[in-house]
Amino acid sequence: MKARVHVMLKNGVLDPQGEAVRHALGALGFDGVNGVRQGKVIELDLAEGASEADVTRMCEKLLANTVIESYSVEMS
Amino acid sequence: MRAAVLVFPGSNCDRDLAVAFRAAGAKVDMVWHKDSELPQGVDIVGIPGGFSYGDYLRCGAIAANSPICRSLAQHVERGGYAVGVCNGFQVLTETGLLPGALLRNAGLKYICKTVGLKVETSQSDFTNGYNAGDVIDIPIAHHDGNYFADPETIKALQDEDRVAFTYTDNPNGAQADIAGILSQNRRVLGMMPHPERAADAGHVGTDGQALFRALAGALADA
Repeated sequence: MKARVHVMLKNGVLDPQGEAVRHALGALGFDGVNGVRQGKVIELDLAEGASEADVTRMCEKLLANTVIESYSVEMS
Repeated sequence: MRAAVLVFPGSNCDRDLAVAFRAAGAKVDMVWHKDSELPQGVDIVGIPGGFSYGDYLRCGAIAANSPICRSLAQHVERGGYAVGVCNGFQVLTETGLLPGALLRNAGLKYICKTVGLKVETSQSDFTNGYNAGDVIDIPIAHHDGNYFADPETIKALQDEDRVAFTYTDNPNGAQADIAGILSQNRRVLGMMPHPERAADAGHVGTDGQALFRALAGALADA
């Protein structure tokens, strides 16, 4: 089974990379992009029987730094 | 003073840190990240700068979960001393031994230059060789040195006199100009600037020497 973890900087934490992407989009003529936030996606290939709670523990311990990042888990 | 300097794959300031400790009179052991125990009798653990594990996932995140860092946490819980410089500061925040986190520099660029640091407190065994208010010149070399913590944490650090150093001209967007902080018991210091790069007559300056000498004084009989 697989899990997909999305990790994003929390709202309120400055994301200078997202800002740089927003500026670059504007320079390319893409108007109307009010904000860009950049995060990461981590795909996990898990043994059968793994639960969302297991993945949540992985996020809390390693995959995200909850001081600055939020995460969401999708199981499939 | 007995010091242990941790070495991770990708550390590149480990030998510089060891040289600075030795110059202050310390006996230094280099300790590999896969070791699970610190040498007996270690007073202070140095976590060096560099790019541990290639900065994969987040700077310091993988190192913070290495075997030696469990021993580091126990050492700190026992009241042992630790100093983390640059990537070492990132490791200390990732382990939770110091609060907050280090974000990408606000200007997105890697910055390598000597900056002015204001000594915010002399009330620690790291900083009592300076006077509060002194401005010292120490090199920085980082891409992710933008100190972040929630407003309550920043206020607590300030109220408890735990901000060790601030930038005189904030280079990276750090909150409250913070360059280095102390733990609650004032025995753990994390800082982005590199005092070990300003600790020898051959360096651009020697303003970092007082930090290592202060430690040697405090830990001489420990």
